[in-house]
Amino acid sequence: MDIEKYIASGILELYVAGSLSESENLEVLHNAQQYPRIQEEIEKIEQALLQLTEASSRNLEKPSFETIVPTTPESTKVIPLKPERKTPWTTYVGWAAALFFGVGLFWMYNQNQDLENTIKVTEQNIQILNDSVSSLETAVTDTQKVLQMLRDQNTKVVDLGGQTAAPEAYAKVYWNQETQKVIVDTEGLPEPPDGYDYQIWSLTLEPLTPTSLGVLSDVGQDGEQLFELANTNASEAFGITLEPDGGSETPTLEQLYTLGTTAP
Amino acid sequence: MDTNTLITQFQNGSVQAFEKLYEMYGQNILGVINVILKDEVRSQEICQDVFVKVWKNASQYNASKGRFFTWLLNIARNAAIDELRSKSHKQQQKNLSTDYFVDILETEEADAPSLDSIGLSKILDGLKAKCREIISLLYFKGYTQKEVSETLDIPLGTVKTRNRNCIAQIRKNCDL
Repeated sequence: MDIEKYIASGILELYVAGSLSESENLEVLHNAQQYPRIQEEIEKIEQALLQLTEASSRNLEKPSFETIVPTTPESTKVIPLKPERKTPWTTYVGWAAALFFGVGLFWMYNQNQDLENTIKVTEQNIQILNDSVSSLETAVTDTQKVLQMLRDQNTKVVDLGGQTAAPEAYAKVYWNQETQKVIVDTEGLPEPPDGYDYQIWSLTLEPLTPTSLGVLSDVGQDGEQLFELANTNASEAFGITLEPDGGSETPTLEQLYTLGTTAP
Repeated sequence: MDTNTLITQFQNGSVQAFEKLYEMYGQNILGVINVILKDEVRSQEICQDVFVKVWKNASQYNASKGRFFTWLLNIARNAAIDELRSKSHKQQQKNLSTDYFVDILETEEADAPSLDSIGLSKILDGLKAKCREIISLLYFKGYTQKEVSETLDIPLGTVKTRNRNCIAQIRKNCDL
């Protein structure tokens, strides 16, 4: 191959211009690799073109490399800012409203709970007051009954004095023979031990015959003190004995607490 | 460092290698674009676009397709000509003739040579109008040999020899 003739053909100038076909390009590359003279010629042609094109820029300043491949962290910082801005303000308002209503609902729920509790407490208080009113009414009725009986001219007051078993004890029996009722006042009796109740007896003396008028259950400081009982007997005396719970058929005389005769 | 090594590193994603190549060829590419657009601000913008594209398409360069500079030249003149045909340049489209390029290369105004390069007027000294014409078409407009032959109405072989003679004149002016 005649290298000088090849160079003189002008194909290398077209190669640098990029005007050759793909196969021609490969051919020139192949020859340039094979013949340093051709490679040298190509580089000189390119140099001439570089001189021409550089001069064509007329000393105009080329853009800074920074604008082509940004390497500073600032440019990477800018990127995440955009998605944040994209969030519409309505989203924030929406969330704020949801939060506001949530808090509001919770507050109202608590208020409702408080009110319900207050109502319950008030209802309980009313119940307690009603109970105490009705128990007061009962107490007043009882007291009025006793007072009425005491005032009645047919009522006989029988004092029952303490006996050997309980010298300190005393009791009173109000006996209305017309209505055939007795009220037993157990104020002076000690509280009975567990498993025992007082029992009141109507006695006729000759011969001594006891008749049970009833069991005085739950006698004591917190229990009953006034007992209303029927008495159809021609009683000459009343006695109170301590008996096992529920009472006995006949009085246990060893446990006779109080005794009193109806005769003046 | 050898240019081929730089090109390999650039294709492997080395920013440093790309920066060196930009130092080597940036001013030339800007010159090519400026010849086509004759608008300094737009030329700088297009030059930036061209090298961004070069960086993104680094893997597409292949030595079998030609010189690396030729690859850059091809991307640059395509971008510049696209810009020329765009809306903002439609008013000037009439001037997209051979004469336009010749005019640019003939212009001798504001030709202040920098310290390390030869001035345009010195490079083009003694260059005939026919030469400016053919160089414009081949190097700045990217015409093929056949297109030049048809445009200038000269035989294919004449394109090659005439161009070689014209380049020889420039080489002489540049002591190459």
